[in-house]
Amino acid sequence: MSDIGLMNLKLKIWRQKNMTTKGKMVDYKLDGVSPDSSFLEMIDQLNEELVTKGEDPVAFDHDCREGICGMCSLMINGMAHGPESETTTCQLHMRKYKDGDTIVIEPWRARPMPVQKDLVVDRTAFDDIMVAGGFVDINVGSAPDANGLPIGKGNAELSMDAASCIGCAACVAACPNASAMLFVSAKVSQFALLPQGEVEKDQRVLNMVTKMDELGFGNCTNAAECEASCPKGIDISNIARMNREYLAASIKAH
Amino acid sequence: MSVKYLDGKVPEGPLKDKWNKHKFDSKLVNPSNKRKFKVLIVGTGLGGGAAAATLSELGYEVESFTISDSARRAHSIAAQGGINAAKNYPNDGDSIWRLFYDTIKGGDYRSREANVYRLAEVSNNIIDQCVAQGVPFAREYGGVLSNRSFGGAQVSRTFYARGQTGQQLLLGAYSAMMKQVNKGKLKIHTRMEMLDVVIVDGVARGIICRNLITGKISRHWGDAVILASGGYGNVYYLSTNAMASNASAAWRAHKKGAYFANPCFTQIHPTCIPVHGANQSKLTLMSESLRNDGRVWVPKNKDEKRAPNDIPEEDRDYYLERIYPSFGNLVPRDVASRNAKNQCDVGKGVGNTKLAVYLDFRDAIKRDGREAIEAKYGNLFEMYERINDENPYIVPMKIYPAVHYTMGGLWVDYNLESNLKGLFVLGEANFSDHGANRLGASALMQGLADGYFVIPYTIGRHFAEGVSKVDTNHPAFDEAEKTSKEKLDKLLNIQGTKTVDYFHKKLGQVMWDNVGMARNEQGLRKAIEEIPKIREEFWKDVKVTGDFDNLNMELEKANRVADFLEIGELMARDALMRPESCGGHFRDESQTDENEAKRDDENYTHVAAWEFTGVGKEPIRNIEELKFENVKLTQRSYK
Ligand SMILES: Cc1cc2nc3c(=O)[nH]c(=O)nc-3n(C[C@H](O)[C@H](O)[C@H](O)COP(=O)(O)OP(=O)(O)OC[C@H]3O[C@@H](n4cnc5c(N)ncnc54)[C@H](O)[C@@H]3O)c2cc1C
Ligand code: FES
Repeated sequence: MSDIGLMNLKLKIWRQKNMTTKGKMVDYKLDGVSPDSSFLEMIDQLNEELVTKGEDPVAFDHDCREGICGMCSLMINGMAHGPESETTTCQLHMRKYKDGDTIVIEPWRARPMPVQKDLVVDRTAFDDIMVAGGFVDINVGSAPDANGLPIGKGNAELSMDAASCIGCAACVAACPNASAMLFVSAKVSQFALLPQGEVEKDQRVLNMVTKMDELGFGNCTNAAECEASCPKGIDISNIARMNREYLAASIKAH
Repeated sequence: MSVKYLDGKVPEGPLKDKWNKHKFDSKLVNPSNKRKFKVLIVGTGLGGGAAAATLSELGYEVESFTISDSARRAHSIAAQGGINAAKNYPNDGDSIWRLFYDTIKGGDYRSREANVYRLAEVSNNIIDQCVAQGVPFAREYGGVLSNRSFGGAQVSRTFYARGQTGQQLLLGAYSAMMKQVNKGKLKIHTRMEMLDVVIVDGVARGIICRNLITGKISRHWGDAVILASGGYGNVYYLSTNAMASNASAAWRAHKKGAYFANPCFTQIHPTCIPVHGANQSKLTLMSESLRNDGRVWVPKNKDEKRAPNDIPEEDRDYYLERIYPSFGNLVPRDVASRNAKNQCDVGKGVGNTKLAVYLDFRDAIKRDGREAIEAKYGNLFEMYERINDENPYIVPMKIYPAVHYTMGGLWVDYNLESNLKGLFVLGEANFSDHGANRLGASALMQGLADGYFVIPYTIGRHFAEGVSKVDTNHPAFDEAEKTSKEKLDKLLNIQGTKTVDYFHKKLGQVMWDNVGMARNEQGLRKAIEEIPKIREEFWKDVKVTGDFDNLNMELEKANRVADFLEIGELMARDALMRPESCGGHFRDESQTDENEAKRDDENYTHVAAWEFTGVGKEPIRNIEELKFENVKLTQRSYK
């Protein structure tokens, strides 16, 4: 080891100039990484070196660096958000690695979410699904008193569990079929569990699922990789709930 | 270059009737005419997102812009603690008046009475609205909403959704936006950065943007422009703000003539995870609710070498409890922050860097049991352990203050309109409601109040007065596009030797040392001298790689840091020209006998609204006098 506790690493990173150029894996050596650094600070360190040498730094998405905005992504050694459970890439720390390790870093890969540059992907498909029905149709100004509608703690908590989704798309990246079921079902569940979502619940699930299929996301084959990769621990039972909702709504629609 | 005295356009009449009367007096825009007016909104955080949904519901043609890849993400998402409202559901004596009074007092009497009263008034509507949207606030077993006391408030008026209040409120606003997109009434431009505002004859008429993926520059016209682009805390390099938070939209508007008010009013949060080393990229906030049970201390002995658990009671200094016996660990944010700094300044800091103090849960765990503590703070303890690799149930946490929020911002009148007509400013980007210090859980409230309930009324006044149509071929658009493009080209062409972060860190250090928790004349003068030098070096020696026509995050950063290098200087000037202490602005020269912030009400009960005169030129300090007709100014005391 170069310095007390500092690590020297080998990195293999996906580099791609833009949406139309083909990408490839590129090897880098990075010395002197502190175990206290976060994973993204490790890439910052690499980027500082690259810029100083006049090379294009590695583009990656990030914003809050607190595990809540859903902006960061990265397949790390084949795992979405890396090895630690219920942890986003930005909350992963280098002390999980050791001196001499090789780390492979790739973008999310799924047809509906193309790479825009290096490790940055286009996740607007999630917005498109939300536009199809991820809302309660109520305008500002017409809301009744908030306590006029008591909601049992049980459903309120389940709804909150589902609402914790940060929209990072790790579920899609981890799924062998690039299915978006965990994401969509979390949103459907959040509303289906609340009386506010009741009125539009059939239309919502039909529209969102139709949109999801239309955008080219794959089918769910119960591989459960989505749940394992989810940094917010969104439960796969949401998918079962959505399937029930979908079935009921389809029958009514016929 | 004479000083102007600004009119906040506060309506006449008793405080309680002002907003209703103002709404009634405002001319209405005929529903069928609304779609003829186009509104551009920069930012899709709580302020901008709420405004976009509401204005498009009303029938205006709305376009929103965000640098993020989706309107579901903005800095607002990170808010943990909660949102205030005067519902008084717990029946513990809260009221609109009390929320108003606490906010005015908390802001150390440097905000506008009428704005703050309105904020308290509409706070209840926000909760109703959010619940109707399906925001899953915490509830009691009986099914009603749960409240907690936050940030030293004596009533429980804070609504929350686990530790994710900001996320849930933002997702509420986002879903309202998605509904409007679905109806074809709202267009959202993601990964689009506003580079400049276009002003024609003193009226805001549009913006210039860059598509962050393709580099393409575009022109957009509107009948009004709304900036909801957040705060400028990242001027310090390290802060709790999201990495993309920036001052640029507001600063470009300032350079186009909009006044910047009270830029030196910043808030430093006492309970953050300390800096680990030179590669630190941002700071993480730990909810201040921790101070309800944690005890803050440092070793009595400067050269203490023992591990914290080996230090016996008699060698510990619980300095907050010692200095402030009645409030103890629950003193306001600025007092807690300053005292931590004082301890570290005299060498009693702990940890490797000596820039931390202990926050110890040993006694609380002994008293209530580990389970009770886990139920309250489990997720925070987990987060702490993940970052620091120490178990806070066993080893005391280490904390240190960090920059958190900026009370200053673009000057706006009661209508949230800047001095430039048709340019409105919402959320953290404006200066309006928090005076010299913001209460916990009040930023979310203000952002949503501005967007859902204030701007929908006040923007109509602007349209009712009549606006002429301007298109994007106007020479003002040519000019704005040209200067924006030239600036980016220049950044790419310098090809110097130092990275953007090098300059940002250097600026941050000057700001933290001299325009941080405690300020004095000497330090501020030093900052005013140093910052232009860094700026000069930046424009000579910065190295920006990549090109214009592709995603180029270095270029984005450079463009923002260029603005931080200007606003930092203004912050120092503002702090220098306010020799009193108030709220988060502490001048060493102005203290009470108890070392508390001492205001100078006779000379400084006003807003400083700075006018731009050119980079490196002395700006003009315009003034809005603050009149207090309903509350009596008192001196804070927490002893
Ligand atoms: C860690 C943390 C915890 C907090 N906790 C609380 C809390 O518990 N309670 C509370 O009340 N407050 C809290 N706050 C404060 C509060 O979250 C913020 O003040 C508030 O959310 C700001 O909202 P906003 O809409 O004004 O701006 P932001 O959420 O910052 O949004 C700014 C928007 O502008 C866009 N933007 C910026 N520049 C440009 C540009 N040039 N072109 C295009 N788009 C641009 C961004 O993309 C974004 O969409 C907390 C803050 C932090 C840092
Ligand atoms: S950067 Fe926000 S979740 Fe990772």
